This record gives sequence, C-alpha cells and structure tokens, in this order.
Amino acid sequence: MNVNQHTPMASPYGQPQPGYGQPGFAPVDGGYPAPYAPYNGPASAYQPGPPPQGPARGPPTSGAPSAPQQYSQYSHSQGDMQNGPPPMTQAPPRPAASQPYNQGAVNLSGPQPSYPQHYGPQPSMQQVTNQMTGMQITSGPPTPAGPGYDPPHSSQPPVNTAYSAAPPHSYTQAPPPASSAPTQPPAPSGPPASQQYYGGPPPPSQQPFNSSLPPTSQQQFTSHAPPLPSSQQTFPPSSYSGPAPTPSHAPAPPVSQPQQSFPPTQPPFSSAPPPNSHPAFVSGPPPPAQGSFQPRAPPPSSQPGSFPPHGSSPISMPSGQYSGPMPPQQQPPPSQLPPYHSGAPPPRVQMPPTSMAQNNHLPPGPQGPPGPPGSMQQPPPQPGIQGGYPPQQNGAFGQVRGPQPGYAGPYPGQPNYGAPAPAPAPAPAAQKRLDPDSIPSPQASDMPAVQKSRHRIDPDAIPSPIQVIEDDKAKSTEPFATGVRGQAPPLVTTNFQVKDQGNASPRFVRCTAYNMPCTADMAKQSQVPLAAVIKPLATLPPDETPPYLVDHGEGGPIRCNRCKAYMCPYMQFIEGGRRFQCGFCSCVTEVPPHYFQHLDHTGKRVDCYDRPELSLGSYEFLATVDYCKNNKIPQPPAYIFLIDVSYNAVKSGMVNIVCQELKTLLDYLPRENPEMDSVVRVGFVTYNKVLHFYNVKSSLAQPQMLVVSDVSDMFVPLLDGFLVNVNESRLVIESLLDQIPEMFAETRETETVFGPVIQAGLEALKAADCSGKLFVFHTSLPIAEAPGKLKNREDKKLIGTDKEKSLFQSQVGFYNTLAKECVAQGCCVDLFLFPNQYVDVATLGVVPVSTGGSVYKYTYFQALSDKERFLNDLRRDVQKLVGFDAVMRVRTSTGIRATDFFGSFFMSNTTDVELAGLDCDKAVTVEFKHDDKLSEETGALMQCAVLYTSCSGQRRLRVHNMAVNCCSQLADLYRNCETDTIINFFSKYAFRGLLNNPTKAVRDTLINQCAQILACYRKNCASPSSAGQLILPECMKLLPVYLNCVLKSDVLMPGADVSLDDRAYLRQLIGCMDVPESHVFFYPRLLPLTKFESGSLPVAVRDSEERLSKGGVYLLETGLHLFLWVGASAQQELLLNIFGTPSFSQIDPSLTSLPVLDNPFSQRMREIIESFRAQRSRYMKLMVVKQEDKSELIFRHFLVEDKSASGGASYVDFLCHMHKEIRQLLS
Amino acid sequence: MTSYQEFIQQNEDRDGVRFSWNLWPSSRLEATRLVVPVSCLFTPLKERPDLPPVQYEPVLCSRANCKAVLNPLCQVDFRAKIWACNFCFQRNPFPPSYAGISDVNQPAELMPQFSTIEYIVQRGPTAPLIFLYVVDTCLEEEDLQALKESLQMSLSLLPPNALVGLITFGRMVQVHELSCEGIAKSYVFRGTKDLSSKQIQEMLGLIKPAASVQQGRPPAPQDPAATCRFLQPVHRVDMNLTDLLGELQRDPWPVPQGKRPLRSTGVALTVAVGLLEGTFPNTGARVMLFIGGPPTQGPGMVVGDELKTPIRSWHDIQKDNARHLKKATKYYEAMANRSSVNGHCIDIYACALDQTGLLEMKCLSNITGGHIVMGDSFNTSLFKQTFQRVFSKDYNGDFRMAFGGVLEVKTSREVKVCGTIGPCVSLNSKGSCVSENEMGIGGTSQWKVCGLNPSTTLGIYFEVVNQHNAPIPQGGRGAIQFVTQYQHSNMQRRIRVSTIARNWADAQSQIQHIESSFDQEAAAVLMARLGVFRAESEEGPDVLRWLDRQLIRLCQKFGQFNKDDPTSFKLSESLSLYPQFMFHLRRSPFLQVFNNSPDESSYYRHHFVRQDLTQSLIMIQPILYSYSFHGPPEPVLLDSSSILPDRILLMDSFFQLVIYHGETIAQWRKAGYQEMAEYENFKQLLLAPLDDAQEILQTRFPMPRYVDTEHGGSQARFLLSKVNPSQTHNNLYAWGQETGAPILTDDVSLQVFMDHLKKLAVSSST
Repeated sequence: MNVNQHTPMASPYGQPQPGYGQPGFAPVDGGYPAPYAPYNGPASAYQPGPPPQGPARGPPTSGAPSAPQQYSQYSHSQGDMQNGPPPMTQAPPRPAASQPYNQGAVNLSGPQPSYPQHYGPQPSMQQVTNQMTGMQITSGPPTPAGPGYDPPHSSQPPVNTAYSAAPPHSYTQAPPPASSAPTQPPAPSGPPASQQYYGGPPPPSQQPFNSSLPPTSQQQFTSHAPPLPSSQQTFPPSSYSGPAPTPSHAPAPPVSQPQQSFPPTQPPFSSAPPPNSHPAFVSGPPPPAQGSFQPRAPPPSSQPGSFPPHGSSPISMPSGQYSGPMPPQQQPPPSQLPPYHSGAPPPRVQMPPTSMAQNNHLPPGPQGPPGPPGSMQQPPPQPGIQGGYPPQQNGAFGQVRGPQPGYAGPYPGQPNYGAPAPAPAPAPAAQKRLDPDSIPSPQASDMPAVQKSRHRIDPDAIPSPIQVIEDDKAKSTEPFATGVRGQAPPLVTTNFQVKDQGNASPRFVRCTAYNMPCTADMAKQSQVPLAAVIKPLATLPPDETPPYLVDHGEGGPIRCNRCKAYMCPYMQFIEGGRRFQCGFCSCVTEVPPHYFQHLDHTGKRVDCYDRPELSLGSYEFLATVDYCKNNKIPQPPAYIFLIDVSYNAVKSGMVNIVCQELKTLLDYLPRENPEMDSVVRVGFVTYNKVLHFYNVKSSLAQPQMLVVSDVSDMFVPLLDGFLVNVNESRLVIESLLDQIPEMFAETRETETVFGPVIQAGLEALKAADCSGKLFVFHTSLPIAEAPGKLKNREDKKLIGTDKEKSLFQSQVGFYNTLAKECVAQGCCVDLFLFPNQYVDVATLGVVPVSTGGSVYKYTYFQALSDKERFLNDLRRDVQKLVGFDAVMRVRTSTGIRATDFFGSFFMSNTTDVELAGLDCDKAVTVEFKHDDKLSEETGALMQCAVLYTSCSGQRRLRVHNMAVNCCSQLADLYRNCETDTIINFFSKYAFRGLLNNPTKAVRDTLINQCAQILACYRKNCASPSSAGQLILPECMKLLPVYLNCVLKSDVLMPGADVSLDDRAYLRQLIGCMDVPESHVFFYPRLLPLTKFESGSLPVAVRDSEERLSKGGVYLLETGLHLFLWVGASAQQELLLNIFGTPSFSQIDPSLTSLPVLDNPFSQRMREIIESFRAQRSRYMKLMVVKQEDKSELIFRHFLVEDKSASGGASYVDFLCHMHKEIRQLLS
Repeated sequence: MTSYQEFIQQNEDRDGVRFSWNLWPSSRLEATRLVVPVSCLFTPLKERPDLPPVQYEPVLCSRANCKAVLNPLCQVDFRAKIWACNFCFQRNPFPPSYAGISDVNQPAELMPQFSTIEYIVQRGPTAPLIFLYVVDTCLEEEDLQALKESLQMSLSLLPPNALVGLITFGRMVQVHELSCEGIAKSYVFRGTKDLSSKQIQEMLGLIKPAASVQQGRPPAPQDPAATCRFLQPVHRVDMNLTDLLGELQRDPWPVPQGKRPLRSTGVALTVAVGLLEGTFPNTGARVMLFIGGPPTQGPGMVVGDELKTPIRSWHDIQKDNARHLKKATKYYEAMANRSSVNGHCIDIYACALDQTGLLEMKCLSNITGGHIVMGDSFNTSLFKQTFQRVFSKDYNGDFRMAFGGVLEVKTSREVKVCGTIGPCVSLNSKGSCVSENEMGIGGTSQWKVCGLNPSTTLGIYFEVVNQHNAPIPQGGRGAIQFVTQYQHSNMQRRIRVSTIARNWADAQSQIQHIESSFDQEAAAVLMARLGVFRAESEEGPDVLRWLDRQLIRLCQKFGQFNKDDPTSFKLSESLSLYPQFMFHLRRSPFLQVFNNSPDESSYYRHHFVRQDLTQSLIMIQPILYSYSFHGPPEPVLLDSSSILPDRILLMDSFFQLVIYHGETIAQWRKAGYQEMAEYENFKQLLLAPLDDAQEILQTRFPMPRYVDTEHGGSQARFLLSKVNPSQTHNNLYAWGQETGAPILTDDVSLQVFMDHLKKLAVSSST
C-alpha cells in the first residue's frame, strides 16, 4: 500500500525529499520504506531519548523490528553479528537468534507500544504510519500528524499499512533490539516476522487495519495480530525481513508467525543460548535472551525500560501505548525490561562473553581461521582486542543490538560514550525527529488498517566508526612492519610507524583487500573491489626514511627483459646469482656483470640488505638519459603565476593578496636540498580578456609588460626574461609585484578569458623546453571571445534528470584537447578560483584534473575572512614537493592486471598514467581485475613505477612494490579488507560514473554492489545465522555507514543550496584523494573539547547531533572545513577560556581563528586546531557555529549519521535499507 | 637658343616645371609624330624662399567640374569684379573680400610673377605630425646599438609637439605603450598572423569589440588618452622613449644554425598601418620602417627561414622561381594603398649586406611617397647621416617634409592629362581633362602624394587632343594648372597653385621652333621614367627596344641627313645630347638588371622616379671630374679615355661617389709623398676631390655610397662600369693609344652606339 503511494513519492532509497525514509523507503518495499523513514527520525531520537523517544521513536520502533533482531544478535553477541559465526557457537546462538526474533517481536511490540501509545490516541496503525510521516513534523504530532497523514494514506492504506507497518517494525525492531536485544536473537526467523512484529506492536492498530484493510495488508496485519499474541516475535523478524517478505509473508504470516512464534519457543533456545548469551547479555544481552521474552513484556515497560532514558518521561507515554497494543507481548518485555535496565550496565561487563558469542556467530569460514582467535572474537583483525569489542565490529547489526552494552562493557571509553550520548541529545532530539520515523504516505493514514509502529534502533547498537577507530588505535602500538604478506595495515586514523621490510608503506600504497581471491569467479562473487590507492610521492613523517635513491649506472635500472619490471625484492636470483627470475612474469634475465653478486645458502644475494631495491618496498632509481623526453636531460621546471586582474579580482582583494604573498613566497620554491637555492624559475602573467606577460629580466631596471590581445591564437611574446631565477631578478620581481595591484586598481574590465591563459603558460613552457606548473588565479566564467569561451549553463532543473550528467561534463571539447597538450609538455595546472557566481568548475577543472593539478575554490572570496585560508593553501601548493612530466605504470604478477585508474591524470593508452605534475598529496586509485588464476603460494605482486622529473630537474624512477596474499576462501578475503580504502575506491568510481550515468543509477549501483558484498559474506561466510539477521564482516562493518556518507555527499545527493560548481568541485577533489583524506571527508572527525587529557586528543564522538551536548564545545573536521560548535549552555568558564567572553551570546560567529588567550585550555585548543590543519593538504578555515544559530545548518550537514537536510538517510535507516537489500539478494 | 634655355631655367625656378616641349604642337597628330610626348617634370614643393605664402584661401572657379584657381592667366574685369576662368571660360564674380580689387590693386595671384603661389588654409583642425618607428630587432648587436642611437638622436630632431610611436618586431611584433609610468607596456602580436585593421584596433584596446558594446554598457566615449597611448607627444615621452630605446633588446628567440631569424615585417607594418588608421585617419603621418633583413615569416614573407634557400634573384624571378614574390608584393601593395588612403607615408630604411625584400616592399614607399634608404649596416655614416637628413630643415626652420599631398592637374581644353610617374597614387578622379590614353598612373586628374619633400618630382604626361582640322587661334596658349594641397610640416594646411602656359605651334610650319623648344634634359628624364615604368611592369629587353625605337624615330624626325648616308647625319643643338643620354640610360641600373639584385634595382628605380631633373640626369649619366697637376679640376668625358694614371677622378652617380686615383697618383700616395712638406701640392691635389665630394655628400639625400679607390682597386668597378667603354679588351690594340684604361666588357661603346643610330636613322627601310 504504502509502496504504491510511496513509489510515487520516491521509491528510491535516495529519495531525499519526503520525510526521508518513509516515502522513500516505503516505496522501495513496502516494508522497508516505512522503516526507513521512521528510522531516520528515530535514529536521532533513539539514543537520546529513550524516554521521549519512546514515544517519538515509537514510530521508528515499528521499523525497528529487524533491529531488534539484530539486537538480539547483538546482545547475544555482538559477536554473532560480527562473525556471522553462528556456525561456531552459533548453533546455539542461532537459536538465540531466532529467539531474538521473537524477542524482536517482543521488542517490536515493545517499541511499538511506545509508539502505539502515542498513537494510542490514534485509532489505527495506519494512523501511526501517518503519524510516522507526521512524525517528522513533530514529535508530539504523532497524533496530530496521524490525522493529517491519514488522509493521504487512505488511498493506499492497505499496502502502506502493511508495509509501513512492517517496515517500521523492522526498523523499530532494530532499535528495540537495542533495548530488547534479546528479541533479536531470533533475528533470522525474526526478520520476516519482524514485520509482524511490528504488526505486533501495531497489532492493536493493525487489527483495525485488518478489518479495514484489504487482504494483503490484512494478512499482514492479521498476521500481526496473531503473531502478536503467539509470536509477535515472528514479527520482529518481519520487521527486517518484513519489508520484503511481508508481501509474500502476508499470506503466510500466520504460518511464519507460528514459526516465528516458535522461535519464541526458541526462546528456550535462546535461553539455552541465553545462558551463554545471557551471561553475555547479562550486560547488554539481557535483551537477547530476554529479548525473546522481553519482546512482549517489554514493549510497554521494557521499551521504556530499555530506553531507560526515556523511561523517565516518555515511558509513560509509550507504556501507555504499549500497554494498549502490546499487552500480550508486554509481559515478556517486562521481564526483559528489568534485565535490560539492569542489563545495560552489566552487559558491558559481560561483554567479553558476548564477544565469545560473536565468535560463535562468526561465519564458518572465519571460524576456521578465526577459530583460534575466535575466542577472541574476530581472529584476524581484533585478535588482540578485547573480546567485547570485536563483537561490535563484526556483528554489523548484531552489535547494534548489543552495542551499548557491549561497548560500554569492553571499553573503558564506552562508559563515556554511554554517558554523553544518552544524556545530551537523545531526549530532545528524539522527539523532534520522531516524525521522520513515521512513514510517509499520507494515504497510509487514510488507510485505517495500517498501523505502523516503529522500533527504534539504538544507534549505539550499530557499528560505531569511533569504536572501530579507537580499537585500532589501541591495537596498533607496535610499528607496522611491511614484511608480512597479506597483512592489513592499521587504519588511516591511527598513528603508527612503518618499517619497510619489502613492501611499500601504507602511506604509499593501501589496498582494498590484502587477500585477493585466487580466481575471477571468487572476485566476481564477492564483488569486493580489488584496488590499491597509491600515493607515489607521499610525504613521510620525519621519523621514517624517505625512499633511497639507487643508481645502477649508465645502463639504467636493471629490469626484467620481458615485462620490464624493475629490480625488486620479488626477483628471484638463480644459478648462483647469474640470472634472476622475474616475480611478475617469471621470465629469466641475465644479471649484468656489474650487478652480479653471490647468493647465500638461502638463495638470497649476500648484498641483499645493502641494496634498497632488494630489500625495501619503496625506493628510487636514478634514470638515465634514455628515460628522458627526446633523450635530453630535462631542464629544471618553471612555475608560472597567472593572475586574473579583472574588476572582480581586484575588488575582492585577491590580486593584492597574491602579489603581496608572492614576494615572500618565492623564496620557498621547492628544492630538494634545503641548503641550496631552488632551481625552479618563475614567470608572471596577468590577464583579463587580454594577457599581460612580464619581462623581469635581471638586467632591467623596471619590469616590462607585454600585452597579448590576440587571444584566439595564443603565443608567448617573449622568451628571455619571462622565466627567471628568483634571486637574480629579485628587485625586478618585487617591483612588478608592487605595481600590479596599482596598475589594475582602476580597471573596469569584467570579462575574462581562460583557455588562452593556460595556453599561454603552456606555450611558455614549450618555448623554454621545460616542464612546470601554472598557478592560475581566476575569478569568473570566461565569457570573453576566445577559445574556451563558456556560457552559463547552470540549470537547476536538470538536476535529478538524465541530463544531469552533462553538467559534470566539460562544456566544450577545447579543454580536453588543451589538457592533452599540457600533459605532453609536462605542464601541470593548479587553479585557484574566486567565484562570485557560477564559473563552471566542471569545465574549468578539466585541465587541472587531467594534468595532476589541483583546484582550489574560494566562493565569495573576501580578503578579510578568506585570506588566511587562501594564503595557506597557496603557500603549501607552491612549496610542496612535486614531480613533473611523470609517467606511472603499474605492473602486476600474472593473473591480475591493472584495469582502471582514478585520479588526476591523463591516459593516452590503457597502461600508462601520465601526470604532467605529481605532488605529494595526489593519490591514484588503481583497480585490478583477474585475467587468470592466482596462486596462494606466490600471492599477487604489484609494482608501481613512476618516472618523473624532480623539482631539481633530475629524472628519477620511484618504485613501490606491494605483495598481497591470495586466498581460495572467501572468508579470508573478508577478513583482510580495508573498508576505508574500499570507500575511497567506491567514491571515485561513483563520482566518475556521474559523467556518464544519471545520479540515481550511480547511487543504486553503489548500494547494490555494497549489498552484494555483504550478501556474499552472509551467504558464504556466515550462513548458519538466520536470514533476518544482519551480519557484517568484521572488516567491513563500517561499510554501510561510510557508504551512506558517500551516498549523502553533496555530489551524489545535493541539497538545495549546493551549487553545481560545488558538486563539480567536490567531484574532482575526491578523484585524487588518498585514503586518510577521503575517510575524514566522508566521515568527519568530531571531537568533544570540553576537557583535555594531557597530551592526547579526546576521543572523537560519532557524527550525530545526538552526541552533542548542549553544554559542550565540539570541533568538527572534514578535511575541507573546520567547525567549532558551541553548545548553548556551555559553561561560562569554558567560554571564557576559549573565547575570552563568558557569554554565549557574545561569541562572534564570524571568528576565523580563536583569540590567543593565556590559559592552557585555549592554548591546547589552538594546538589541536593547528595540528589538524597540518595533517591536511588544504587549509581548513575555522568556522564558529553557535548552537541554534543559522550557521548550524551548515554544520549539521556534516553530522553524517543523521538524516541530512537534502534527504540523505540516517545511518540507522540506511543500515536497515542495506539489510533489506541484502536479504533480497539472499532470497 | 639661349632664350629657350633661359626660359626653361626661369620656368623651372619659378614653377618647378620642365616641359619636354616648350612649344606645343597644335594637333594631336603632330604631337604624336614628335615621338617625345608633351610632358613635364613637376616639383610641387620646390623650395621658393622668395615666395611667402598668402594667408587666405584661393578663389575657385564656380563651375563644379572645373574649380580652377584664379590665376594670372585669367581675364579679369575689374569693374564688374568678374573673372573668367581660363580653363572653362566660366565667368565668376570675385568673392566679397576682393571688393577692393582694381587695376592697380591686384591680389598676388593675378600677378604674372606669381604664377606659382601658395595659400594657407585656415579651416579645419590642425593635426600634429606623427612619426611611428617600426624597428626590426633581429639585428646584430652592433647594428642594433647604432640604430638605437640614431633613433634616440632623432627624438631631438622631431618637433616637440609631434606624436611619436614605437613598434618593434622580430619573431613577434610589439607595440609599445608610451604613456605609462613605471612598467613599460607593450602589446604583442604574433608575427605570423594577418590581422584586419579592426582586429588590431580591438586588440590594442582602441575600440571595443562590437559584442561587448551590445551588452548594455554604452560604448565608452573615445578616451583621448587611450587613443594616444601608443602615440605621444615627443616632449612628453622624450625620456621614456629614450630609455625604452636604450633597453631595447635583440630579438631573444634563438636562431638555430642554418636559419634566418624570424622577422615579422609584414605583420609589423600591418599593425603600424592599422594603428594609424584607427587613431589618425587622414592625418599626416610617417611610418619609418627599419629593417636588417628580409621578412621571413607571416604575411609578406619574402624568403623562408632556411638559409640554404637563398633569397630570390633576378634569375629566379625570370624563371618564375620566386615563390613568395607575388604574394608578398600583393600584400604590401594592399597595405600601401590602405596607408595612402589615410595620408600616411611609409619609409623603409634597409641596412643589410644581403637583400631585404625591397623588391616586394618598394610599393610601400613608392605609393605613399616615403623614402627608401638602402645601406650595408645601420652602423655606417651612410645610414646615420641619411636618417638625420630626413629631419633636415629649410630656411624657415621647417622640416623639409610635407604630408598628405593631393596634386590636381587642370588643363585647358586642347590638352588632356595621361598620367604621372612618381611617388603617388591615383585618386581616381575622372574629369574632363583626363585622357583615355594612359601613361604612367593615369585615368585620373588627382593623385595623392602622402609624403612630399622639396625635391619630390613627378613626371606628368599630357596628350594634345586638338584635332588637326580644328586649328587653334593664333597666339593661343595652352594652360595647365597644378593644384597641390598638403599638410605643411608646421601643421598648416596649404595649397600651392602653379599655372603655366605654353604657346601652340603648327608643326607643319613651325617645326624648327618646336625643335628648338625641345628640352632634351627633361625629355631624357621623362622618357627614362616611361622606360622605367615599363620596365617595372614588362620585360627588360622590350623596354630597351622600345627606347631605341623612340630614339631612332626622334632622330629621323629631327635629324638632318641624306637618306642612307649615315655620315651625313646631324642633330641640332637642342637634341644633340639626347642620344648620349639614351646611351647611358640603356646601360643604367634602371633598365639593366645585370649585376644588380632585385632589391638594388628597386632601390635605384625608386629614387629615379622621384628626384628632380638634375639629380635624375646624374643618375642617367654620372658626372666625372678630373683633378690633376695640369690645371684646375674639370669635368671630363664619362669615358674610359678619361681614366689616366696621373689624374684623380671624382665620379658622382648619385648613388655612389667615387674618388679614383690614377695609377701614378696611387703610387705616389702609397709612397707617402703627401706627407712630405715639399710635396704639399700633391697633398692639395689629393684633398681637392675629397672636399668636393664632401660638398656633395652634405646635400644629397639619400647619402651616396662613398668610395675611395685607386687604379686596380676592387671598388674601381663602380667607375669602370659607368664610363663609356671606348677602350675595351677588344679594341685596345686597334686604338693603339696609351691614354685611358681598357674596360673589360662586351658592351658597345658610345661610338658604336652612335654609328648604329645614324645608320638606322638614315636608313630608308625603317
């Protein structure tokens, strides 16, 4: 019902508009949609306001059902979840799982009840759903909303109801799970049931529906109804599976229910397991085991209870409701509840056990290996880690359920967690957000029958990025040695030291998978992308040695005769050292006499450790003249500054700033030897619609300006004196830089050109026969008559249509051709944009992106506020080490092949990545595909060789070697993946896809692939678990949350205020990001700054509004932005320390830097901010955001776990959606 | 006929006119039979220190298609205050300002001694003079330095209020902005791209492109500062420009081995012309182009940059192997025409050892009245002094240059104008006095002469159209009026009017009179101009044949002889020198291309068609002076027999000034006798020709190549090639005389030439 209705709305997931989820989800699958919507709302609500949420969330809860299951799982074991391991111990757990379902059902009911309560007033489930929709509007609204919605729903009532009901359940369940973790266990069966569960919760209302509703819905309802009593548990499961299954189930419901109900019976099971789990749960789990029980009982009380937080206020509400609807269920819940409440604390304690449980859950595959560690939890990753923790990681959902408990328990930090989280936002936010939960379709409301209740998923119960990050930090205390093949490095968020023992440092190369599938079939089946993110010139920390420079003499580097791979540790010396066999192609090559060395008894050359190329993963060769363009030793590179001097540029102060800055900046041109002067020569051009070149020859008393007006046919008007050595021409240059702002102070020229500007730089480099970099400072759309002239094509109407992709494409072909020419010359273009309106970044960025350059954008540039950011970017950009005229080739061992490349470069064939410029911040993502089988013994090797001209004009080859394992078991693959890298790959893949595909298709593809990955895991590595259980591989348990962030990014889901330029800009920007940057970009770092422990940074909190405390101050970093969020009720002392004013209202929101105050707190804060900035390749301007201020909207945009204003799903909603997708794939 | 010589001299002094015939045959038929057409050499701005300009405007005939100027030949009715136009016979009332006119109170223009009179026109704005330097920077360092110095020096010679501009070029073309403080700005153009005037002006920011004008903002009013950015008054940018010139660098683009530097002369000129077109149309301006080599790229390219491909020679041209010739010529012609429309003249100063493309570019100067100066290097006194002389001043302290001249010729009914030969361009003004028969640049009665100086002389050709059966009344006179409007160097606009009249004579009855009125010098020059004009457009040998035929016909017409008896042939005094002129003309570089590069030929011809009669005659037949102990310096025959060991010869061929020391003199000089006190007279002898040469060098423009050589010296060739080869290796022994020096040539001597002429003239078969 809803579906239909919804569909119209926005079936797609992405549908942003409607209250989110509801419409969107509902459409998707009747069931799901609903859940989503509700969820979103709930999500926020969840954590916070158990109590208030109760009600508010109630709606979500309905959706929650699945969650509950998870919960149960969770509780059981976060482990379960994670491992999927059910196999192991799972057996028992599973049952538990089933129980969970029941429980879930219970939970659902539980949660629902709460809602129901709200709704209670409301007559029917549908109303609920309606409310759901309404929910979004207001928390309280449920009722009011209900009515409102009702009408709409009416049309589709049946479906909607069913769906809505179901979905919400599932979702709600999810949440409930948290609370009712116990219920979850049943999850597997539960899923389908979950809906029913919902139904359960809704039952009361549903019943009405049933009556009114058509068969399907009715069925569901009916089912619900029945289930409720007997096996609401079933419902719970339904909640998840619910969506999908619902329809079909509907008829069956009863049956399923029964079964499900049985599951309840399982409770015994659960109980059986419970024992195990319980113990585990004891802490969190209580829910699980209890879950089964709880579900019912809890609803009313339990939920409140579970929500304890809510308990306080909301409880009454929910309880009321619950009691109403859920009565039967309630009973169980009650019991649960108690456990819960109590459990909450205990769970943590017990967590360890949970972990065990988790292990159990772990997929069979994993078990094998993990087995041992199994005890630990997930062997590979977290072996060392606390048991409690792992679970969380593993069990995607399961953890979710268990999360809170689990977290708290295992981790010391958790306590904090719990504390802050619950306390602050939950309650308030929740209420507000409840609305969202409600499922959209108005029709639904009309539909009398349908009632949805939502279950909320406790956000703490789902995998937490912060937890994962902190775990990894805790784990990575030893330096990371690269010698072990197939070992995944610590996460990018972790500070660690690297020892190069034959493979490239993760700072240079990160792979998505460190265990590659042996065969193409496996790879295809898993859908895990095989890719490496390579940052060839990455800057290393001072305590790590930069790659050694190796000189093989006149003959040049020694290479394999056939595949031309460079000498590396993978070359096997044979015949006493007279020959070597290539590790890539197996070809045998003679060792040149001058390179000969004897072998020791192990077959290693005796000089192995004296030669970097035989013992290290990264090193450089000195290239001979054969490796140079035209067989000529290259000239030192040149930097050319091209400055827009049109009216806008002058008026904004840009010209003045640039000129002033350059005077000092020119002393910091890149050099390899700090003692020496840089050999980089510089040149200057200004332009509006004509170009002005400057002759700054040292012999001149005054610079000379050469105006070229013939922009249609650009050329360089002078040779001698254009590119000069800074020291020699210092006086002339300074004179020039002093005069430029004056000369154009009165300019009235507003038109600019752009194509000719780059042509000019290119021609200058050509004339000087060198490579180099252009720094273009540009303000406006180039509309003056000239090649590359553009027109304003920003058309918001195209957004969302199939033509949207054209907006990302270059407007004219001119720039593509130009880029090609630039690359041929080694001319890298860095573009600094200062637009006041549309400038068509998509087109202007073509050349920078193709030449390895960067685009910097300062919209509405104002000298006062943006100067610092711009100057820091400029300084960094000018000073950073960079190579020119680079060619990168990735060679691989037989069996795989580099097939696709992402980044800022140009390719004229399929293998050579040509980079006019390659700086230390640029990363290239390389995708590999099988073209044959790999063997487990040899693993897979790759060698990335970059031939480039250093900034001192030396031609070099930088070589990075990487060896990874190969596996024939999928479980191995899943155990050694790196989600951050996968996300890096996915984002680049998707963003490039935008050029040729509608945005929606791109999003769907992403979701689909991700679902396949997870489904494959589920199917092959975690099969024993029940179908309704969401089980995530430990290494990828953050995949959904991160993927959601990608999907919600401005590029894929633009808000109304996001300009096309911004999207194009971000799209291009992501293209060359490395993993640390893409990680923080998609999942910003949010630090509470209320107090500091000495030396270390405070532990970050999750990107959700619920995590913000009104009394706190938070720093949020995205890699591009830096926000300081100040809570409205922050302590005076705190404010005084930071801002020097005790009053919240006196804080100046336009601050871009913190006042320098003489107190440790202020000092520390500034240190932190500085250190953040130092970590990123772009300077982040600090923005002070006061709570409730209008600028908070911008800030909220980066709270990526929340529903976004542009319609992006909340984490919880998305997780549910993901689960649904996975289930669909599995079924 | 002293009377005629005096008459001619008097006329020349007063009106700057030399007619070939000073009595005109009264019918068309007879005029044709005279062989040499009725024509004249006219020097429009002949210096007349004794002629103060009058401060009012000329009175014009009121007939629309006449507009002749009131002149002494007009009949005036002082009572009725009416005058009759002597060309169209229209009766015109005097304007009010002439109310006081009477028999005894006549305005100047009515007095016979003011047959040439100059008016100053007060109307209209006065425009400053404009000098736009277009400088080639692909020069050797030394050359460039010298050129820079010359240019800097020239700034001090310019009138302070004159506008000056600078364009430099090499591979690129740079237009320097002169008004700026601090940074020196210039606009740069690619040297390979032809641009329209509009594009150039847009690119220089002189006009807004049409597109942007449409975009709403009303077109900005012409900002005078902007307009003049590139052309600034000398007094204001004196220092700036001096510095700018001082900092001028050689074209920095590397010239690979085996290549010529890339020189964008064509585009540089386009830009110069375009700039002036846009800013100062119809104003006197002088574009001064300094080049040190041929254009090697872009439009107007004369030769490619490959050194292995030599620049075209006459041989190539004759074989049609000069691939750039036609295109380049066409390009420069088009540019010259554009330039002349706006009254801007173009000078070319070409200093290089090899050719610089004057052949293609000559039209720039020929059409616009600019100078061409050719030298070996900018670092020679030839260039330096010549260039300095461009800015010479007259007795009034005014520059000897005038701009934007328009010459109009009006004729009485019996005569029509066929055309002119000189540095001018047709204005295509068809009128009743224009003949259908074109000679030179014809088909019009008005010509534009963008650059004029006091010696600029045009050859003007007429046709007597009176039919044989319509006799002219006895005592009737044919009249011609030359009206020259121009911008004086002091920025005044002036009109100079010369009205001349000649008597009609019946060729049947008065042939002797006509013969005696023949001005053989003028006729020789006028015929030579016709020959050169033909040579420019036709094949050389044909021109020679045509000249020979004319000469023979003339001799037949006026010679006295018995048929078929060459020895009886005699010419009257008034024609006696004419054949000799023709002999030397035939050998001159104006008609002979042998031993001359195309550039040299163009250069010589350029000067030949613009110099006055005296100079032209020197060009045709150089003057040879002899210095010896035997007596005072004396002119001697331009003959090999004049080359004697004990003589010093000074030859002035206009382009060269050669001092030749005879064998003995040379030996003495080598022995150092001139250093000894007792041989003071020898020293004097050596100095004498030098002093005389100096005198010539002082006045001549362009300065001749000064050659000091001696017997057996390689440069003696300049002399040997000019003298009549009366003694050659062929006849040396036949003559058996010791005097003179044999010339190694197969050319015929004057003697042989005359013999043949006589034979042909008396032959009854022709």
